[in-house]
Amino acid sequence: MLTRFLLMGLDKKAGVLLAVLAVLAVAVPVMALAAPPDSPWHLSTHTVALLGKYLCFALLAVALDLVWGYVGILSLGHAAFFALGGYAMGMYLMRQIGPRGVYGHPVLPDFMVFLNWQELPWYWHGFDQFWFAALMVVAVPGVLAFAFGWFAFRSRVTGVYLSIITQALTFALMLAFFRNDMGFGGNNGLTDFKTILGFDIQAPETRVGLFVATVVALAAGYTLASCVVASKLGKVLVAVRDAESRVRFLGYETERYKLFAWTLSACMAGVAGALYVPQVGIINPSEFSAASSIEAVIWVAVGGRGTLAGAVLGAVLVNFGKSYFTAALPELWLFALGGLFVLVTLFLPKGLLGLAAQVKGRWPSGRAMAAKPAGQKGI
Amino acid sequence: MHRVLSWLLAALIAVATPAFAADLDPLVRALGTGTYADTEKALAKLAETGDTAAVPVIEALQTGDLHVRKADGAVVVARKAGNGVALTDPLTGAALGEADRSAVEKIKINNSLRRSISAALGALTLMSPNPQTRRQAADAVFKSRDVNALEALDTALAKETDEGVRRAMFQARAAVVLNSSAPDADKIAAVETLKARGDRDALALLNAAANSGGAEVKAVAERAIASVEQRLALWGAAQNLWYGLSLGSVLLLAAIGLAVTFGVMGVINMAHGEMVMIGAYATFLVQEVFRTFAPGLFDLSILVALPVAFLASGAVGVAIERSVIRWLYGRPLETLLATWGLSLALQQAVRSIFGPTNREVGAPSWMSGAFELGGLTITYGRLWIVVFAFLVFAALLVALRKTAFGLNIRAVTQNRSMASAMGIRTARVDALTFGLGSGIAGLAGVALSQIDNVSPNLGQGYIIDSFMVVVFGGVGNLWGTLVGALALGSVNKFLEPYAGAVLGKILVLIFIILFIQRRPRGLFALKGRAVEA
Amino acid sequence: MSAEDTLLYLDGVSVSFDGFRALNSLSLIIEPGEMRAIIGPNGAGKTTMMDVITGKTRPDTGTILFEGGTDLTALREAGIANLGIGRKFQRPTVFEMHTVWDNLELALKAPRRPLKTLTYSATRDDRARIEEILDITGLSPKRDRQAGSLSHGEKQWLEIGMLLAQDPKLLLVDEPVAGMTDAETEQTARLLKDIAGKHSVIVVEHDMAFVRELGVKVTVLHEGSVLAEGSLDAVSANQQVVDVYLGR
Ligand SMILES: Nc1ncnc2c1ncn2[C@@H]1O[C@H](COP(=O)(O)OP(=O)(O)OP(=O)(O)O)[C@@H](O)[C@H]1O
Ligand SMILES: [Mg+2]
Repeated sequence: MLTRFLLMGLDKKAGVLLAVLAVLAVAVPVMALAAPPDSPWHLSTHTVALLGKYLCFALLAVALDLVWGYVGILSLGHAAFFALGGYAMGMYLMRQIGPRGVYGHPVLPDFMVFLNWQELPWYWHGFDQFWFAALMVVAVPGVLAFAFGWFAFRSRVTGVYLSIITQALTFALMLAFFRNDMGFGGNNGLTDFKTILGFDIQAPETRVGLFVATVVALAAGYTLASCVVASKLGKVLVAVRDAESRVRFLGYETERYKLFAWTLSACMAGVAGALYVPQVGIINPSEFSAASSIEAVIWVAVGGRGTLAGAVLGAVLVNFGKSYFTAALPELWLFALGGLFVLVTLFLPKGLLGLAAQVKGRWPSGRAMAAKPAGQKGI
Repeated sequence: MHRVLSWLLAALIAVATPAFAADLDPLVRALGTGTYADTEKALAKLAETGDTAAVPVIEALQTGDLHVRKADGAVVVARKAGNGVALTDPLTGAALGEADRSAVEKIKINNSLRRSISAALGALTLMSPNPQTRRQAADAVFKSRDVNALEALDTALAKETDEGVRRAMFQARAAVVLNSSAPDADKIAAVETLKARGDRDALALLNAAANSGGAEVKAVAERAIASVEQRLALWGAAQNLWYGLSLGSVLLLAAIGLAVTFGVMGVINMAHGEMVMIGAYATFLVQEVFRTFAPGLFDLSILVALPVAFLASGAVGVAIERSVIRWLYGRPLETLLATWGLSLALQQAVRSIFGPTNREVGAPSWMSGAFELGGLTITYGRLWIVVFAFLVFAALLVALRKTAFGLNIRAVTQNRSMASAMGIRTARVDALTFGLGSGIAGLAGVALSQIDNVSPNLGQGYIIDSFMVVVFGGVGNLWGTLVGALALGSVNKFLEPYAGAVLGKILVLIFIILFIQRRPRGLFALKGRAVEA
Repeated sequence: MSAEDTLLYLDGVSVSFDGFRALNSLSLIIEPGEMRAIIGPNGAGKTTMMDVITGKTRPDTGTILFEGGTDLTALREAGIANLGIGRKFQRPTVFEMHTVWDNLELALKAPRRPLKTLTYSATRDDRARIEEILDITGLSPKRDRQAGSLSHGEKQWLEIGMLLAQDPKLLLVDEPVAGMTDAETEQTARLLKDIAGKHSVIVVEHDMAFVRELGVKVTVLHEGSVLAEGSLDAVSANQQVVDVYLGR
């Protein structure tokens, strides 16, 4: 049953991607740990963390593509789920610091001591356990997405309206997390982590471990998403995207389908956020900003929405470009990003993968169900 | 008229002062001779003259600046300057050169003297021919509640003719009475006076009276407190309403342009906030020009900035429509992304040109200051913005309903192909409509430059709020936008006292999120097939 | 006749849009196995009637019962469809990004809940049924084509095929032969006649030849209510009908 499910989901593109990931999972550890520091093959810890960051973004992009590319829900609030997962992990890492903080308090994180808090707020309990934090990484975004989606889809909010309220959601969360009395470190967020699962978080071995974990998470997320979109459920999702009310007349409760994809996607985003935080070493409320959500959308658009491999490709390419630009020509980065938004929507509605397929003259291929460029509506 | 007269009076007095000075001189000299008791006597004589020219002398005595010059026994004001002290004449303020510190001796004062001083000061200023001074003196007594001032107050009251000053003196008297050991009947009368005043200061005094006076006073005071509190709550609500109206008008300004581009045309323009920002920077530039070339006409700069901002933002809007948006009609989500990209680029462009920091935009004199209306404080700046928002709204309404251009807009947005078949140049109408919406955003920028920081991020702060207003009010319905803006503004301001600004905002956002789910098409929804299409 | 024995029972159904009455106290009864043709001028409310039955539009007043007892006005579209009411739209709407085969597979009678579809794989019976429908609709050679690339007529056939795949108790068919050739029209009529008997069918059509071909009871709608009912010949003879619809 499961194998059939898997076989159905994995096409050629998935094979290529998984192979690349497998190579990375072997090569990066070797290059980072075994190659001597002066060899041209050596990877610095910094580079490993950077690569890990790209892959976290790729997982976020896959999650976003699942709802935007396949269900037509343009979420401008996925950064919220990403950040919530990140905060859950951050809370675990804060608790791991224990008495090693600046103030040396046995339980309270530094910022709470600083704010004269007497005891741990109730929602910080349990985060000293990794399993609990890991559960929350998935559960918190999942429950929020479920509640939000339940209301939104049931009342048939669609299109730009939905996009705008997803943005309002993440905006409200950002304001909330900026508040000191929320108990999440306010403006500064959570940082100064020391160990994860007992390992020194700065050690190259830990960095490599986190990178490999990210590769595994991305591979798993990608596989799961491909299986979902390849199943009949995936076909229903695409049908919902193209002609939702027609699907209802066939007897499908489209709200449930959307809710399924939406919640699954939020959980994946949460996992991506959780892996991101230990690798960059900080999580703060700016992760909730509208800009981060919309940037994730452009990764998907660049790679080609409605193709999961495109989402991965787009996330890696755009973020590589961002790293390059912000180091070399910081003034120009926002122009480049802004231009990218305009150019992709005007000239590359199907993204790079769409372009590649067009060049090869065999669009649409396999399972790549790119959306119609025009926002036509059924019925 | 009144004002002019009082100025004239003040000027006359200033001219007449030297004549009095001669008479005062010996009295001032007497201050510096002998014991505390002597000084006190001299002070009383000085106060008796009722001559306000003595006020600076007594003030100097109070602050400890009054000295006797040892050489000739003259009384002078000596203030520290360099190594020595600078001497001035206490009556005329004329400089008398510098001297060594040991050349003068301070006229010391004790507690009893200190009280006399403030009584004398109060009496003198209460008698001042300038009503403003008298009023300030009365207010000072109200604050100090100095029992010594009672006599002076009564004297002054007997002579007072100005209604406003009289009231202030009455209230000051009431405050003093409550602080004294006057009989209960007097205190009750005082309570009534304070009740009529009915502000926070009065409330504090009444509270004190309720805790200290006799049983009867206590009862009356408590009733007075209740009545004042009620009144204050009422004014508080009114103030909140005004703040709400004020915030609502800001939201309205930011959202009207969006109501055109998003509401009428269905184009979702994420760069709308940047149109506002461009308007604000246009204001800045216009003001710079005025500052350099015609500083005297600075008060007019805002009026000139209005058309400039409208044209600047409008032109950028037309350019955006022609180059990007027109390729994306019917694809709202793509439009959203492309215009978001434009907003990033515009922000960065402004940052590169004007720098990332706030630019200084000044307020013309007719927009600064405030006035009181009952218990309300209303700033002119806010008042003008409210008026302006409603003017823009009305103008747009008329433009859309009554002009040929408005008719064309409605025709094109309702049935593009039909409109084009009837000879309307739809592309032109599209561009101009978008320009209109953007231009209005520019106007909003002029207004916002008066109350917000003019920085490249100016627009970002308004974009989500504007969308909320338009969506909440109902897309495609200008009246909905008006109601939406005012409602959200007031709700925000009424929540603020309880929840704090940030939490209030979050609550409003959550409310809107829930509201949109109930009524996805907003407060004033359009119905029918046209909506579904 | 009591509502219990009917398949579909509409009584006093009214709908108005911004004050315009699209349905005006409409009453209609369909018996199990019956085929009914509905005719009427443009804007008579035919499509609106289908909207009301399938839950797309809520009626302002009136009763709509299915199989004698189920109140359709309390259900949403998917619930109504799952009771066994299928619909073909006036403007053909198929899932353009899916292949013809996938369109039929989506329509095919099968559990509709997300977890069931996630693990669904077509059984031999399912495939056989889809093949059969492909044959009936003549779409066999195009089974792997994207539905978006079909011609207007082919889309009509695909929609009819999807309706068949749903295997509903009641079929609502809105203008099935618009855009078809004469031969296809005849074929459609034959197909519908085959279906009737096992299923109930409501057909809306302007094509009189087609309606005559069906040879069933006809209801004439006008301004949202029933103007006349009876055989085609009988209603054609009705002076009012001639005035509002048939007459030139
Ligand atoms: N959602 C709606 N909003 C506004 N008016 C509507 C709506 N639905 C239907 N109408 C109006 O109701 C009337 C009946 O429409 P309907 O589509 O039912 O007619 P019809 O009989 O199917 O016509 P045709 O033969 O042209 O298909 C029309 O005048 C139409 O404009
Ligand atoms: Mg119709």
